[in-house]
Amino acid sequence: MRTEPGGCCCRRPLRANDCVANGEVRNGYVRSSAATAAAAAGQIHHVTQNGGLYKRPFNEGFEETPMLVAVLTYVGYGVLTLFGYLRDFLRHWRIEKCHHATEREEQKDFVSLYQDFENFYTRNLYMRIRDNWNRPICSVPGARVDIMERQSHDYNWSFKYTGNVIKDVINMGSYNYLGFARNTGPCQEAAAKVLEEYGVGVCSPRQEIGNLDKHEELEKLVASFLGVEAAMTYGMGFATNSMNIPALVSKGCLILSDELNHASLVLGARLSGATIRVFKHNNMQSLEKLLKDAIVYGQPRTRRPWKKILILVEGIYSMEGSIVRLPEVIALKKKYKAYLYLDEAHSIGALGPTGRGVVDYFGLDPEDVDIMMGTFTKSFGASGGYIGGKKELIDYLRTHSHSAVYATSLSPPVVEQIITSMKCIMGQDGTTLGKECIQQLAENVRYFRRRLKNMGFIIYGNEDSPVVPLMLYMPAKIGAFGREMLKRNIGVVVVGFPATPIIESRARFCLSAAHTKEMLDTALKEIDEVGDLLHLKYSRHRSVPLLDRPFDETTYEETED
Amino acid sequence: MATVAEQWVLVEMVQALYEAPAYHLILEGILILWIIRLLFSKTYKLQERSDLTVKEKEELIEEWQPEPLVPPVSKDHPALNYNIVSGPPSHNIVVNGKECINFASFNFLGLLDNPRLKAAALASLKKYGVGTCGPRGFYGTFDVHLDLEDRLAKFMKTEEAIIYSYGFATIASAIPAYSKRGDIVFVDKAACFAIQKGLQASRSDIKLFNHNDMDDLERLLKEQEIEDQKNPRKARVTRRFIVVEGLYMNTGTICPLPELVKLKYKYKARIFLEESLSFGVLGEHGRGVTEHFGIDIDDIDLISANMENSLASIGGFCCGRSFVIDHQRLSGQGYCFSASLPPLLAAAAIEALNIMEENPGIFAVLKEKCKRIHKALQGISGLKVVGESISPAFHLQLEESTGCRERDVKLLQEIVTQCMDRGIALTQARYLEKEEKYLPPPSIRVVVTVEQTEEELEKAATTISKVAQTVLL
Repeated sequence: MRTEPGGCCCRRPLRANDCVANGEVRNGYVRSSAATAAAAAGQIHHVTQNGGLYKRPFNEGFEETPMLVAVLTYVGYGVLTLFGYLRDFLRHWRIEKCHHATEREEQKDFVSLYQDFENFYTRNLYMRIRDNWNRPICSVPGARVDIMERQSHDYNWSFKYTGNVIKDVINMGSYNYLGFARNTGPCQEAAAKVLEEYGVGVCSPRQEIGNLDKHEELEKLVASFLGVEAAMTYGMGFATNSMNIPALVSKGCLILSDELNHASLVLGARLSGATIRVFKHNNMQSLEKLLKDAIVYGQPRTRRPWKKILILVEGIYSMEGSIVRLPEVIALKKKYKAYLYLDEAHSIGALGPTGRGVVDYFGLDPEDVDIMMGTFTKSFGASGGYIGGKKELIDYLRTHSHSAVYATSLSPPVVEQIITSMKCIMGQDGTTLGKECIQQLAENVRYFRRRLKNMGFIIYGNEDSPVVPLMLYMPAKIGAFGREMLKRNIGVVVVGFPATPIIESRARFCLSAAHTKEMLDTALKEIDEVGDLLHLKYSRHRSVPLLDRPFDETTYEETED
Repeated sequence: MATVAEQWVLVEMVQALYEAPAYHLILEGILILWIIRLLFSKTYKLQERSDLTVKEKEELIEEWQPEPLVPPVSKDHPALNYNIVSGPPSHNIVVNGKECINFASFNFLGLLDNPRLKAAALASLKKYGVGTCGPRGFYGTFDVHLDLEDRLAKFMKTEEAIIYSYGFATIASAIPAYSKRGDIVFVDKAACFAIQKGLQASRSDIKLFNHNDMDDLERLLKEQEIEDQKNPRKARVTRRFIVVEGLYMNTGTICPLPELVKLKYKYKARIFLEESLSFGVLGEHGRGVTEHFGIDIDDIDLISANMENSLASIGGFCCGRSFVIDHQRLSGQGYCFSASLPPLLAAAAIEALNIMEENPGIFAVLKEKCKRIHKALQGISGLKVVGESISPAFHLQLEESTGCRERDVKLLQEIVTQCMDRGIALTQARYLEKEEKYLPPPSIRVVVTVEQTEEELEKAATTISKVAQTVLL
């Protein structure tokens, strides 16, 4: 149910504040040769120290941005900004027509609802390429999807639907990792049956009278799927984070959060009232330093020891395609007695030999993760989220989760979809279909990533991650790539600032078990062509492991006031 | 005289200096130097610099013991063991194995097991499957979503509507999309939890006024006006919002919207209206509290409601002018960062709107039933009815609290349990006691739906009254 920003203009709250610093850090390694040497030393150190924690090779790389590309990207934004000001000037003097909606006459003397600057980016940059987002579809979001054709006669300010449908677009955008987004088959049949029996709504929260037998059944199944003592489910993945973290930590507690954590985790952390400190993305040195300092120095000003420390990480980061260094996180968490909250929104089902997510992928014990969170939106083709863990944890959440008290519970047919698809993954339906899907996805991922790399694109992330970001860098190429791909009947997701650092605009492919080799080959062929057309093959095949990207020691902290 | 004497002393002193032995002079000189050194030396330190050695740090880390992740929950916590509903939570409901008539689910219009809704949802399921596998931005926008937004906007007679996939997230995302740090929000003390969370996320300055007390609100607005005159530069960029509910979840009362609109224009504050309970309930056509009072809907800046009560689906929506609503498509966190509403739920909501439009009489029927049970429940000794007589969700509170919340809750729970034994499904209104800003007193929430027949309403009233007698007396 949760995901990353819908389009290039959505805010990623935490990062919105420090994204400039972030951009600098990321570019940092372009300018520093000394840092590279230090990083090399760090790498050796790192391998000797933590290499033993991994049972499988962990190949994750981030090729650095070529200097020329970085400069040109900044120039691109500079030109766009200048033009933006020019056009704002023309609009102000009514030389250019204003398309956006305006305030009511009666309320013109109210304090303006928006700050003008707030909308500058939307008006002048996003609006130019708005057609790449919110493309309406009119079919199952499966391997192929039908997209409604739309046109704009006023430079994207409004869209008209032509009534035509672009048929059978290869879908590289939906999070349909295991291919359970289907309108036929056992899941649909089971959901239909429950729908006819129960209806769609529940009309009450869990604690009142919205706790159906179906919910209890689902929770038992989720617990056994995850290998934990108990589990609880919620109606929305986003809300699972934002409405449960406040139940777990409060003022006087410390949250250590990865800098690229999803907006829902950030919101939950903020609502909790705990102090938040942010560590560099997937960087264990940064995390360890924060942990050590937190315990040694205690709370700022009062110097009291922290009540508890909660580490927030995601399994797969949906914009970077990276996989959390879980073995190291767990080792650190144990050493420093912190608690671990693992958000498996993208990794559950999509990773691991049995589809149990990132814990399964690394061959770890689910008991080592205190809070296992995930969503049903992606791999299970449904909606909602869950939290799994020890029985005491779940009992506490049953009584204290905001969601259980105030929000309507999951819709019964959605519950049934989750139950059926989960049983399929577990092999409880008597077939090997689930296992085949998991294998197919893993194969697709390796194949697709390898081919793209060989073509010379800069691809981020882990070689096993079904989220594949392809770097575009320049703002003009965001729109061009999205449009060119759709012209070739391939639906892709493109993202730019503020969902990514300002110069690291990218396209993102989400692989699915439902993609056949032919589809992938077609897609690859077209990507290759568009890549040549737009000069996207930046790679010089020098990948830098994430850990060795230099990071500055400054960390960003916020407390609820 | 005095000057002569002073001079004399001075002369004597100089003489004494001459006469003093050398060792004495040297000693005094050293003492003076010492004093000067003390004066100019840095302030002394209590201890050496506090840099910890690696070993000390390790000891500290070793010593630190965190609190347990969660405190233990007692086995008999009132909220730990949920009621289990077998089968659909519709008019006839099976709770904990007992067959009951449902007076607890917010299924006001009885659409939950409506065959038309089911058929529409089923058709959608067969076309789109269940999930959307993406947020609205990334191939998660279905034609059904666009249709539903269109229909909601038309139904409410506003320019635009936006749908969320979760009722709670609707107002909780909408408020922080507009109100930022430094802005001022005037909010009713009885506002529901979703509003409270939205306000917390916005980090704005929050001014609470007494429930439905327009004088108190005006007092706060005036205070702010005086404050603004002191600092007009700041006032020019400080947005002001009034956040109210149409029909209050926690009290069952209706907000005095006409007065609010007057205050809005007088003090130039925008109104955000939460209509989760009043949408599909109040007004001739179920358009909510604006229709109930005959207020022009454009006078309200933003209306939000969920589709989980009257529409018997899942999700929520906001509606208003495009100038306001469109902003959420990039700034509403629950909209941008969450997967979109499963199409079958959107299809069900569309069908529910169809039914509401085709049967406008349904709202009058509901109102009639509310009034009936409201009247029948008056005068039960020990229990008082809290809430408007046309509100389909109202509260039964203890007339006199025992003085201990826990005991009150137990008493009310006893009533609920006994009513369930006699075939009337009720529930207490649940709150997170530590989290609520103003915790309402414990209560049983009675929900009226159009499906309840006169006999059933009668039966519910007599059962509650009988049970209350036995439990409370």
